[in-house]
Amino acid sequence: MDVAAPQNQPGTTPAIELAHLRKVFGGGVVAVDDLSFAVARGSVTGLLGGNGAGKTTTIGMIMGLILPTSGSVRVLGVNMQADRYRVLDKMNFESPYVDMPHRLTVRQNLTVFAELYAVANVEERIARLAQDLAFEDLLDRPAGQLSAGQKTRVALAKALLNEPAVLLLDEPTASLDPDTADWVRTHLENYRRGREATILLASHNMNEVERLCDRVIMLKEGKIVGDDSPAGLIERFGRKNLEEVFLDLARGRRKPADAPSHDAPSH
Amino acid sequence: MNMRAVLPPSAMSFSAGRVAAMVKRYLYLLRSSWPRIFDLIYWPLVQMLTWGFLQTYLARASNAGALSGRLGLAAGTLIGAMLLWDILFRGQLGFSVSFLEEMWSRNTANLLMSPLRPAELVMALMTMSLVRLAIGFVPVTLLAILFFGFNLWGLGVALGFFFVNLILTSWSIGLLCSGLVLRYGLAAESLVWTFMFLMQPLACVFYPLSVLPWPLQIVSQLLPPTYVFEGLRALLIRHELRLDLMGEAFVLNIVFFAAAFCGFLLLLRSARRAGTLLQTGE
Repeated sequence: MDVAAPQNQPGTTPAIELAHLRKVFGGGVVAVDDLSFAVARGSVTGLLGGNGAGKTTTIGMIMGLILPTSGSVRVLGVNMQADRYRVLDKMNFESPYVDMPHRLTVRQNLTVFAELYAVANVEERIARLAQDLAFEDLLDRPAGQLSAGQKTRVALAKALLNEPAVLLLDEPTASLDPDTADWVRTHLENYRRGREATILLASHNMNEVERLCDRVIMLKEGKIVGDDSPAGLIERFGRKNLEEVFLDLARGRRKPADAPSHDAPSH
Repeated sequence: MNMRAVLPPSAMSFSAGRVAAMVKRYLYLLRSSWPRIFDLIYWPLVQMLTWGFLQTYLARASNAGALSGRLGLAAGTLIGAMLLWDILFRGQLGFSVSFLEEMWSRNTANLLMSPLRPAELVMALMTMSLVRLAIGFVPVTLLAILFFGFNLWGLGVALGFFFVNLILTSWSIGLLCSGLVLRYGLAAESLVWTFMFLMQPLACVFYPLSVLPWPLQIVSQLLPPTYVFEGLRALLIRHELRLDLMGEAFVLNIVFFAAAFCGFLLLLRSARRAGTLLQTGE
């Protein structure tokens, strides 16, 4: 990790702050269970967990698209349940599960979103992003005709249009070949450094998480079962890499040496 | 229900720029698809021809003495009633289908986490309702003059009263249907296409209110379009402009629209609670 993990400065509110967050869906399904953590401004935090661990629900609640059953979410100090419109122009997100209108060209899609976010110099901004993310040749192609990898790059451009202070990414390099994925990660690293932005990303790619994240929060059944830097987690679990730690936690195979008993997965 | 929780103060601010961006998005879509434009004209044209020929047939029967004078006069209102019904139906479809486009393209989450306020989305949908209606309605009314000699524009200022009241009702129904689709997903899509037909027999589109049994008359009088269609018959048969009916319809419309907007916000909140905004399928 070439960037030291930023810490919250005294008097500075965290970029994202979850307090006793709980979400119970219909039928009593507990998706998120008493989740509390704060994400420092300017940091990159990975949210890891198997399918159904509560990652997407947590990100949905941070965005304000899902209302918590109890607890609170604050982004840049603003209570998302009560007043999310005060901060939405400073946030953005990208997810492979959300699409853009297929019949509109890439340029038209990005223009509409840029105007929704009141971006200045729309054409210039789109041209810059297209150059940075290497899709200049796709600008006038309908979004529905893009390959999965091309869609991911365009969706990332949409997420960066307003130069958000808080960027939420759900599997940002899904469907990308290794070369393009590496290139996107470099772009995200540069963006974070250049803008001092806060990034929260959910990913199943452990190499990506090790490379990008200052901190990793591992979820299982809606609860935090691990919270440390990637190196710290690897060391605590006595493993060679994050993937092995992930498998240990997902399968409940072993407890970290110094974890409190309530944090450890049950056998 | 605490309305502050449903609509916090920051949600009340309004940006014409964001409305324009959404309208631009829907215009891009219309422009890119000739079947969408064709569809806007095709059904109104078919309807106008069907009812126009029926009216022609009834007019000939009336002239030949096969219909009583009153029935003959009523038959003369059919094409006008059909054209006004189309304002109501196509106005609602123009609103709701624009909203459905977001659901079909899985774009709803992108919009709802952008700074776009609910009122701005609704304003954009209302604008598109007018645009889509104009594309289909204006050519068909001109063809009605050509084919059947019926000039809807000749109703003058009365047409303005009729239009305002009908379009307001169409937006109220559109809002309610869109809220239901937002909450229950595309499984509720059929409501968009069928909900208005529930109103057709009750709104007395082609016959006077007095035809209905009295319990239904009470229901009918709660619907703003009933006053518009009664007003149309008064104008075409007795040459009276019934401003009292237009006023009553307008008051009911304001109540309907306010209720529909609150309903939309409550359904949006319910969708956020149920977590359905990130799962926009069925």
